[in-house]
Amino acid sequence: MSSYDYYSILQGALATVSLSLISILFGLPMGLGLAILRWSNLPIFKDVAYFYVSVVRSCPTVTLTLLIFYALPQFGISFEPIPAAIFALTISTTAFNCEIWRSSLIEFPKDQLDAAYSMGLNRWDRMILVIFPQIWRQSLPGLFNEMTLQIKSTPAVAVIGIVDITRAALRVGSNTYEPLPPFIFAIIIYGLIVYAFILIQRYVEARLAHLGYL
Amino acid sequence: MKGDFFIVWEHRTQVLDGLYCTLFLLFFSGFASIVLGVLITPLLMSPKRFLRSSSKAFVDAMRCVPFLLFVYLIYFGLPSLGVRISNWSAGAMALILYNSAYMAELMRGAWQQLPTSYIDSGRAFGFTGWKYIRHIILTPVFMRALPMIGNQMIQILKDSAFLTVIAVNELTHELNGIQSTYFIPFASFLTALLIYWLICVCMEFVMSFINRYANERRA
Repeated sequence: MSSYDYYSILQGALATVSLSLISILFGLPMGLGLAILRWSNLPIFKDVAYFYVSVVRSCPTVTLTLLIFYALPQFGISFEPIPAAIFALTISTTAFNCEIWRSSLIEFPKDQLDAAYSMGLNRWDRMILVIFPQIWRQSLPGLFNEMTLQIKSTPAVAVIGIVDITRAALRVGSNTYEPLPPFIFAIIIYGLIVYAFILIQRYVEARLAHLGYL
Repeated sequence: MKGDFFIVWEHRTQVLDGLYCTLFLLFFSGFASIVLGVLITPLLMSPKRFLRSSSKAFVDAMRCVPFLLFVYLIYFGLPSLGVRISNWSAGAMALILYNSAYMAELMRGAWQQLPTSYIDSGRAFGFTGWKYIRHIILTPVFMRALPMIGNQMIQILKDSAFLTVIAVNELTHELNGIQSTYFIPFASFLTALLIYWLICVCMEFVMSFINRYANERRA
Protein backbone atom coordinates (compact mmCIF):
# COMPACT_ATOMS: atom_id res chain seq x y z
CA MET A 1 0.00 0.00 0.00
CA SER A 2 1.39 3.39 -1.00
CA SER A 3 1.00 6.48 1.13
CA TYR A 4 -1.66 7.69 -1.30
CA ASP A 5 -3.72 4.59 -0.52
CA TYR A 6 -3.60 5.37 3.19
CA TYR A 7 -4.55 8.95 2.37
CA SER A 8 -7.57 7.86 0.30
CA ILE A 9 -8.85 5.67 3.12
CA LEU A 10 -8.41 8.58 5.53
CA GLN A 11 -10.46 10.73 3.15
CA GLY A 12 -13.12 8.04 3.34
CA ALA A 13 -12.97 8.43 7.12
CA LEU A 14 -13.80 12.10 6.68
CA ALA A 15 -16.90 11.13 4.66
CA THR A 16 -17.93 8.52 7.24
CA VAL A 17 -17.59 10.90 10.17
CA SER A 18 -19.24 13.89 8.52
CA LEU A 19 -22.16 11.86 7.11
CA SER A 20 -22.85 10.29 10.48
CA LEU A 21 -22.48 13.57 12.37
CA ILE A 22 -24.87 15.39 10.02
CA SER A 23 -27.46 12.63 10.25
CA ILE A 24 -27.10 12.56 14.05
CA LEU A 25 -27.55 16.34 14.13
CA PHE A 26 -30.82 16.06 12.20
CA GLY A 27 -31.90 12.84 13.87
CA LEU A 28 -31.67 14.00 17.49
CA PRO A 29 -34.38 16.71 17.41
CA MET A 30 -36.51 14.79 14.91
CA GLY A 31 -36.39 11.73 17.16
CA LEU A 32 -37.46 13.88 20.10
CA GLY A 33 -40.33 15.30 18.06
CA LEU A 34 -41.53 11.83 17.08
CA ALA A 35 -41.17 10.60 20.66
CA ILE A 36 -43.34 13.49 21.88
CA LEU A 37 -45.92 12.62 19.21
CA ARG A 38 -45.96 9.01 20.39
CA TRP A 39 -46.09 10.09 24.01
CA SER A 40 -48.93 12.54 23.42
CA ASN A 41 -52.36 11.15 22.78
CA LEU A 42 -53.00 12.92 19.49
CA PRO A 43 -55.05 10.25 17.69
CA ILE A 44 -53.66 9.98 14.16
CA PHE A 45 -50.19 11.46 14.73
CA LYS A 46 -49.51 8.91 17.47
CA ASP A 47 -50.29 6.02 15.14
CA VAL A 48 -48.30 7.48 12.25
CA ALA A 49 -45.27 7.87 14.52
CA TYR A 50 -45.70 4.31 15.78
CA PHE A 51 -45.93 2.96 12.23
CA TYR A 52 -42.89 4.96 11.11
CA VAL A 53 -40.73 3.68 13.95
CA SER A 54 -41.89 0.10 13.51
CA VAL A 55 -41.18 0.02 9.77
CA VAL A 56 -37.88 1.91 9.81
CA ARG A 57 -36.44 -0.03 12.73
CA SER A 58 -37.07 -3.31 10.94
CA CYS A 59 -35.77 -2.11 7.59
CA PRO A 60 -32.11 -2.73 6.66
CA THR A 61 -30.24 0.52 5.98
CA VAL A 62 -29.03 -0.82 2.64
CA THR A 63 -32.58 -1.41 1.44
CA LEU A 64 -33.67 2.00 2.69
CA THR A 65 -30.77 3.72 0.91
CA LEU A 66 -31.53 1.89 -2.34
CA LEU A 67 -35.21 2.83 -2.02
CA ILE A 68 -34.44 6.52 -1.55
CA PHE A 69 -31.78 6.79 -4.22
CA TYR A 70 -33.43 4.74 -6.97
CA ALA A 71 -37.15 4.99 -6.24
CA LEU A 72 -37.79 8.63 -5.38
CA PRO A 73 -36.72 9.83 -8.88
CA GLN A 74 -39.78 7.92 -10.15
CA PHE A 75 -41.83 10.64 -8.47
CA GLY A 76 -39.66 13.42 -9.83
CA ILE A 77 -37.68 13.84 -6.60
CA SER A 78 -34.09 13.02 -7.41
CA PHE A 79 -31.19 13.33 -5.02
CA GLU A 80 -27.47 13.47 -5.55
CA PRO A 81 -25.79 10.55 -3.76
CA ILE A 82 -24.66 12.60 -0.74
CA PRO A 83 -28.05 14.17 0.13
CA ALA A 84 -29.68 10.78 -0.49
CA ALA A 85 -27.23 9.17 1.93
CA ILE A 86 -27.85 11.84 4.56
CA PHE A 87 -31.60 11.44 4.06
CA ALA A 88 -31.46 7.64 4.45
CA LEU A 89 -29.20 7.78 7.50
CA THR A 90 -31.35 10.48 9.11
CA ILE A 91 -34.54 8.47 8.56
CA SER A 92 -33.07 5.45 10.27
CA THR A 93 -31.37 7.22 13.18
CA THR A 94 -34.53 9.26 13.84
CA ALA A 95 -36.48 6.06 14.49
CA PHE A 96 -33.88 4.73 16.91
CA ASN A 97 -33.50 8.07 18.68
CA CYS A 98 -37.28 8.24 19.01
CA GLU A 99 -37.29 5.02 21.02
CA ILE A 100 -34.53 6.30 23.32
CA TRP A 101 -36.27 9.62 23.96
CA ARG A 102 -39.60 7.84 24.42
CA SER A 103 -38.25 5.47 27.05
CA SER A 104 -37.13 8.40 29.19
CA LEU A 105 -40.43 10.20 28.54
CA ILE A 106 -42.31 7.12 29.77
CA GLU A 107 -40.19 6.99 32.91
CA PHE A 108 -40.65 10.72 33.50
CA PRO A 109 -41.90 11.14 37.10
CA LYS A 110 -45.62 11.84 37.24
CA ASP A 111 -45.33 14.19 40.22
CA GLN A 112 -43.09 16.50 38.19
CA LEU A 113 -45.81 16.76 35.55
CA ASP A 114 -48.51 17.31 38.16
CA ALA A 115 -46.41 20.05 39.73
CA ALA A 116 -46.02 21.68 36.33
CA TYR A 117 -49.80 21.53 35.80
CA SER A 118 -50.44 23.04 39.20
CA MET A 119 -48.09 25.92 38.45
CA GLY A 120 -50.34 26.65 35.47
CA LEU A 121 -47.57 26.25 32.92
CA ASN A 122 -48.76 25.99 29.36
CA ARG A 123 -47.87 23.15 27.00
CA TRP A 124 -44.72 24.81 25.63
CA ASP A 125 -43.36 25.88 29.04
CA ARG A 126 -44.00 22.43 30.48
CA MET A 127 -41.90 20.94 27.69
CA ILE A 128 -39.06 23.48 27.76
CA LEU A 129 -38.83 24.23 31.48
CA VAL A 130 -39.79 20.96 33.13
CA ILE A 131 -39.64 17.91 30.89
CA PHE A 132 -36.73 18.52 28.51
CA PRO A 133 -34.12 19.56 31.13
CA GLN A 134 -34.73 16.26 32.89
CA ILE A 135 -35.05 13.81 30.02
CA TRP A 136 -31.96 14.77 28.04
CA ARG A 137 -29.74 13.74 30.93
CA GLN A 138 -31.46 10.38 31.17
CA SER A 139 -31.30 9.80 27.43
CA LEU A 140 -27.63 10.71 27.06
CA PRO A 141 -26.10 7.20 27.42
CA GLY A 142 -28.62 5.68 25.02
CA LEU A 143 -28.12 8.48 22.50
CA PHE A 144 -24.33 8.11 22.58
CA ASN A 145 -24.71 4.39 22.10
CA GLU A 146 -26.90 5.02 19.08
CA MET A 147 -24.25 7.40 17.68
CA THR A 148 -21.61 4.67 17.64
CA LEU A 149 -24.13 2.33 16.00
CA GLN A 150 -24.77 5.04 13.43
CA ILE A 151 -21.09 5.21 12.54
CA LYS A 152 -21.11 1.48 11.99
CA SER A 153 -24.15 1.65 9.72
CA THR A 154 -22.78 4.36 7.40
CA PRO A 155 -21.06 1.79 5.12
CA ALA A 156 -24.59 0.97 3.91
CA VAL A 157 -24.60 4.14 1.82
CA ALA A 158 -21.60 2.85 -0.14
CA VAL A 159 -24.12 0.97 -2.33
CA ILE A 160 -25.03 4.25 -4.02
CA GLY A 161 -21.41 5.10 -4.71
CA ILE A 162 -20.35 7.17 -1.72
CA VAL A 163 -16.70 6.61 -0.90
CA ASP A 164 -16.62 6.04 2.82
CA ILE A 165 -13.91 4.14 4.72
CA THR A 166 -15.20 0.71 3.68
CA ARG A 167 -15.53 1.54 0.00
CA ALA A 168 -12.18 3.35 -0.08
CA ALA A 169 -10.54 0.26 1.44
CA LEU A 170 -12.31 -1.95 -1.10
CA ARG A 171 -10.99 0.22 -3.96
CA VAL A 172 -7.43 0.13 -2.67
CA GLY A 173 -7.71 -3.62 -2.29
CA SER A 174 -8.89 -4.12 -5.85
CA ASN A 175 -6.16 -1.84 -7.23
CA THR A 176 -3.30 -3.50 -5.39
CA TYR A 177 -4.71 -7.07 -5.51
CA GLU A 178 -3.98 -7.29 -1.80
CA PRO A 179 -7.26 -6.85 0.05
CA LEU A 180 -6.09 -7.61 3.58
CA PRO A 181 -3.85 -4.58 4.41
CA PRO A 182 -6.40 -1.87 3.48
CA PHE A 183 -9.17 -3.72 5.36
CA ILE A 184 -7.04 -4.00 8.45
CA PHE A 185 -6.17 -0.30 8.20
CA ALA A 186 -9.89 0.45 7.84
CA ILE A 187 -10.70 -1.65 10.91
CA ILE A 188 -8.13 0.30 12.91
CA ILE A 189 -9.68 3.60 11.79
CA TYR A 190 -13.19 2.45 12.71
CA GLY A 191 -11.87 1.31 16.07
CA LEU A 192 -10.28 4.72 16.67
CA ILE A 193 -13.47 6.60 15.67
CA VAL A 194 -15.68 4.46 17.91
CA TYR A 195 -13.13 4.80 20.73
CA ALA A 196 -13.09 8.58 20.26
CA PHE A 197 -16.87 8.61 20.65
CA ILE A 198 -16.62 6.57 23.84
CA LEU A 199 -14.00 9.02 25.18
CA ILE A 200 -16.24 11.99 24.33
CA GLN A 201 -19.15 10.27 26.08
CA ARG A 202 -17.04 9.65 29.19
CA TYR A 203 -15.78 13.24 29.16
CA VAL A 204 -19.26 14.73 28.72
CA GLU A 205 -20.74 12.53 31.45
CA ALA A 206 -17.89 13.29 33.86
CA ARG A 207 -18.15 17.00 33.11
CA LEU A 208 -21.91 17.02 33.64
CA ALA A 209 -21.55 15.04 36.85
CA HIS A 210 -18.94 17.54 38.00
CA LEU A 211 -21.32 20.42 37.27
CA GLY A 212 -24.06 18.58 39.12
CA TYR A 213 -26.27 17.91 36.11
CA LEU A 214 -26.24 14.13 36.22
CA MET B 1 -47.58 2.29 -10.62
CA LYS B 2 -50.08 -0.58 -10.30
CA GLY B 3 -48.38 -2.22 -13.26
CA ASP B 4 -45.04 -2.01 -11.46
CA PHE B 5 -46.33 -4.01 -8.52
CA PHE B 6 -47.84 -6.44 -11.01
CA ILE B 7 -44.38 -7.03 -12.50
CA VAL B 8 -43.05 -7.78 -9.02
CA TRP B 9 -45.98 -10.16 -8.51
CA GLU B 10 -45.18 -11.92 -11.77
CA HIS B 11 -41.69 -12.58 -10.44
CA ARG B 12 -42.97 -13.90 -7.15
CA THR B 13 -40.97 -17.13 -7.41
CA GLN B 14 -37.78 -15.06 -7.56
CA VAL B 15 -38.92 -12.95 -4.59
CA LEU B 16 -39.84 -16.10 -2.67
CA ASP B 17 -36.40 -17.58 -3.41
CA GLY B 18 -34.86 -14.44 -1.95
CA LEU B 19 -37.18 -14.61 1.05
CA TYR B 20 -36.30 -18.26 1.56
CA CYS B 21 -32.58 -17.45 1.40
CA THR B 22 -32.96 -14.57 3.87
CA LEU B 23 -35.02 -16.68 6.29
CA PHE B 24 -32.60 -19.60 6.03
CA LEU B 25 -29.64 -17.28 6.67
CA LEU B 26 -31.51 -15.74 9.59
CA PHE B 27 -32.35 -19.02 11.34
CA PHE B 28 -29.15 -20.87 10.47
CA SER B 29 -26.76 -18.11 11.47
CA GLY B 30 -28.98 -17.04 14.36
CA PHE B 31 -28.88 -20.53 15.83
CA ALA B 32 -25.16 -20.96 15.14
CA SER B 33 -24.26 -17.61 16.66
CA ILE B 34 -26.29 -18.38 19.79
CA VAL B 35 -24.41 -21.68 20.16
CA LEU B 36 -21.05 -19.99 19.55
CA GLY B 37 -22.04 -17.21 21.93
CA VAL B 38 -22.84 -19.78 24.62
CA LEU B 39 -19.34 -21.20 24.13
CA ILE B 40 -17.62 -17.79 24.21
CA THR B 41 -19.45 -16.43 27.27
CA PRO B 42 -17.69 -18.72 29.81
CA LEU B 43 -14.37 -17.60 28.29
CA LEU B 44 -15.33 -13.96 28.90
CA MET B 45 -16.04 -14.79 32.54
CA SER B 46 -13.11 -17.19 32.92
CA PRO B 47 -10.80 -16.75 35.92
CA LYS B 48 -7.83 -17.47 33.62
CA ARG B 49 -6.43 -14.17 32.42
CA PHE B 50 -5.32 -15.31 28.98
CA LEU B 51 -8.72 -16.80 28.06
CA ARG B 52 -10.53 -13.75 29.36
CA SER B 53 -8.43 -11.16 27.59
CA SER B 54 -8.25 -12.97 24.26
CA SER B 55 -12.01 -13.58 24.12
CA LYS B 56 -12.61 -9.97 25.15
CA ALA B 57 -10.32 -8.80 22.36
CA PHE B 58 -12.38 -10.79 19.84
CA VAL B 59 -15.69 -9.42 21.14
CA ASP B 60 -14.43 -5.82 21.27
CA ALA B 61 -12.97 -6.06 17.78
CA MET B 62 -16.29 -7.29 16.39
CA ARG B 63 -18.14 -4.50 18.16
CA CYS B 64 -15.90 -1.85 16.57
CA VAL B 65 -16.03 -3.14 12.99
CA PRO B 66 -19.02 -2.34 10.79
CA PHE B 67 -20.65 -5.47 9.45
CA LEU B 68 -20.11 -4.57 5.80
CA LEU B 69 -16.36 -4.22 6.32
CA PHE B 70 -16.30 -7.57 8.09
CA VAL B 71 -18.12 -9.18 5.15
CA TYR B 72 -15.50 -7.80 2.76
CA LEU B 73 -12.75 -8.96 5.08
CA ILE B 74 -14.04 -12.53 5.03
CA TYR B 75 -14.96 -12.53 1.35
CA PHE B 76 -11.74 -11.01 0.00
CA GLY B 77 -9.42 -11.73 2.88
CA LEU B 78 -9.84 -15.51 3.19
CA PRO B 79 -8.96 -16.25 -0.48
CA SER B 80 -5.74 -14.27 -0.11
CA LEU B 81 -4.89 -16.57 2.80
CA GLY B 82 -5.53 -19.50 0.46
CA VAL B 83 -9.01 -20.49 1.68
CA ARG B 84 -11.66 -20.67 -1.06
CA ILE B 85 -15.32 -20.56 -0.08
CA SER B 86 -18.55 -19.77 -1.91
CA ASN B 87 -20.34 -16.42 -1.58
CA TRP B 88 -23.08 -17.98 0.49
CA SER B 89 -20.73 -19.61 2.98
CA ALA B 90 -18.65 -16.43 3.22
CA GLY B 91 -21.84 -14.49 4.00
CA ALA B 92 -23.10 -17.02 6.52
CA MET B 93 -19.68 -17.21 8.14
CA ALA B 94 -19.52 -13.42 8.47
CA LEU B 95 -23.02 -13.31 9.99
CA ILE B 96 -22.22 -16.08 12.47
CA LEU B 97 -18.81 -14.81 13.63
CA TYR B 98 -19.96 -11.20 13.88
CA ASN B 99 -23.16 -11.89 15.78
CA SER B 100 -21.75 -14.54 18.08
CA ALA B 101 -19.61 -11.79 19.63
CA TYR B 102 -22.75 -9.74 20.30
CA MET B 103 -24.58 -12.82 21.67
CA ALA B 104 -21.66 -13.54 23.99
CA GLU B 105 -21.64 -9.94 25.20
CA LEU B 106 -25.39 -10.04 25.89
CA MET B 107 -25.05 -13.24 27.88
CA ARG B 108 -22.06 -11.89 29.79
CA GLY B 109 -24.22 -8.95 30.86
CA ALA B 110 -26.94 -11.34 32.04
CA TRP B 111 -24.35 -13.46 33.88
CA GLN B 112 -23.03 -10.45 35.78
CA GLN B 113 -26.54 -9.65 36.95
CA LEU B 114 -27.00 -13.07 38.55
CA PRO B 115 -27.34 -12.79 42.34
CA THR B 116 -24.06 -13.77 44.07
CA SER B 117 -25.90 -15.97 46.57
CA TYR B 118 -27.10 -18.06 43.65
CA ILE B 119 -23.58 -18.48 42.25
CA ASP B 120 -22.12 -19.17 45.70
CA SER B 121 -24.66 -21.88 46.49
CA GLY B 122 -23.83 -23.56 43.18
CA ARG B 123 -20.17 -23.53 44.16
CA ALA B 124 -21.03 -24.78 47.65
CA PHE B 125 -22.69 -27.85 46.13
CA GLY B 126 -19.38 -28.65 44.52
CA PHE B 127 -20.16 -27.75 40.92
CA THR B 128 -17.04 -26.87 38.96
CA GLY B 129 -15.92 -26.47 35.38
CA TRP B 130 -18.32 -27.27 32.56
CA LYS B 131 -20.84 -28.91 34.94
CA TYR B 132 -21.05 -25.65 36.91
CA ILE B 133 -21.73 -23.69 33.73
CA ARG B 134 -24.11 -26.24 32.26
CA HIS B 135 -26.25 -26.87 35.36
CA ILE B 136 -26.01 -23.66 37.37
CA ILE B 137 -25.22 -20.74 35.10
CA LEU B 138 -26.51 -21.40 31.62
CA THR B 139 -30.27 -21.69 32.17
CA PRO B 140 -30.82 -18.51 34.23
CA VAL B 141 -28.39 -16.56 32.03
CA PHE B 142 -30.23 -17.69 28.93
CA MET B 143 -33.63 -16.84 30.41
CA ARG B 144 -32.42 -13.37 31.35
CA ALA B 145 -30.79 -12.72 28.01
CA LEU B 146 -33.70 -13.97 25.85
CA PRO B 147 -35.32 -10.57 25.15
CA MET B 148 -31.95 -9.14 24.04
CA ILE B 149 -31.22 -12.25 21.98
CA GLY B 150 -34.51 -11.63 20.19
CA ASN B 151 -33.43 -8.06 19.39
CA GLN B 152 -30.14 -9.39 18.09
CA MET B 153 -32.03 -11.78 15.80
CA ILE B 154 -33.70 -8.73 14.24
CA GLN B 155 -30.22 -7.25 13.84
CA ILE B 156 -29.12 -10.45 12.04
CA LEU B 157 -32.06 -10.07 9.67
CA LYS B 158 -31.00 -6.50 8.91
CA ASP B 159 -27.34 -7.44 8.56
CA SER B 160 -28.24 -10.16 6.08
CA ALA B 161 -29.29 -7.44 3.62
CA PHE B 162 -25.62 -6.34 3.45
CA LEU B 163 -24.79 -9.67 1.85
CA THR B 164 -26.20 -8.30 -1.40
CA VAL B 165 -22.77 -6.68 -1.95
CA ILE B 166 -21.14 -10.08 -2.29
CA ALA B 167 -23.99 -11.35 -4.48
CA VAL B 168 -25.67 -13.68 -2.01
CA ASN B 169 -29.12 -14.06 -3.55
CA GLU B 170 -31.09 -12.89 -0.52
CA LEU B 171 -34.21 -10.72 -0.55
CA THR B 172 -32.64 -7.31 -1.25
CA HIS B 173 -30.44 -8.82 -3.95
CA GLU B 174 -33.33 -10.50 -5.77
CA LEU B 175 -35.51 -7.40 -5.67
CA ASN B 176 -32.59 -5.24 -6.78
CA GLY B 177 -32.26 -7.62 -9.72
CA ILE B 178 -35.94 -7.23 -10.65
CA GLN B 179 -35.60 -3.47 -10.18
CA SER B 180 -32.66 -3.13 -12.54
CA THR B 181 -34.23 -5.35 -15.21
CA TYR B 182 -37.59 -3.56 -15.42
CA PHE B 183 -36.68 -0.13 -13.96
CA ILE B 184 -39.31 -0.37 -11.25
CA PRO B 185 -37.28 0.72 -8.19
CA PHE B 186 -40.17 1.96 -6.09
CA ALA B 187 -42.36 -1.11 -6.37
CA SER B 188 -39.56 -3.61 -5.83
CA PHE B 189 -37.80 -1.87 -2.94
CA LEU B 190 -41.09 -1.09 -1.24
CA THR B 191 -41.94 -4.80 -1.52
CA ALA B 192 -38.59 -5.63 0.08
CA LEU B 193 -39.19 -3.13 2.88
CA LEU B 194 -42.66 -4.50 3.59
CA ILE B 195 -41.43 -8.11 3.62
CA TYR B 196 -38.66 -7.20 6.08
CA TRP B 197 -41.23 -5.44 8.21
CA LEU B 198 -43.56 -8.45 8.15
CA ILE B 199 -40.72 -10.77 9.18
CA CYS B 200 -39.92 -8.44 12.09
CA VAL B 201 -43.56 -8.22 13.17
CA CYS B 202 -43.76 -12.03 13.17
CA MET B 203 -40.51 -12.30 15.13
CA GLU B 204 -41.74 -9.81 17.71
CA PHE B 205 -44.96 -11.81 18.04
CA VAL B 206 -43.05 -15.05 18.64
CA MET B 207 -40.65 -13.25 20.99
CA SER B 208 -43.49 -11.97 23.16
CA PHE B 209 -44.47 -15.61 23.82
CA ILE B 210 -40.89 -16.69 24.47
CA ASN B 211 -40.35 -13.75 26.81
CA ARG B 212 -43.44 -14.65 28.78
CA TYR B 213 -42.10 -18.21 29.11
CA ALA B 214 -38.69 -16.87 30.17
CA ASN B 215 -40.19 -14.42 32.64
CA GLU B 216 -41.80 -17.26 34.57
CA ARG B 217 -38.47 -19.09 34.80
CA ARG B 218 -36.17 -16.25 35.72
CA ALA B 219 -33.91 -16.74 38.72
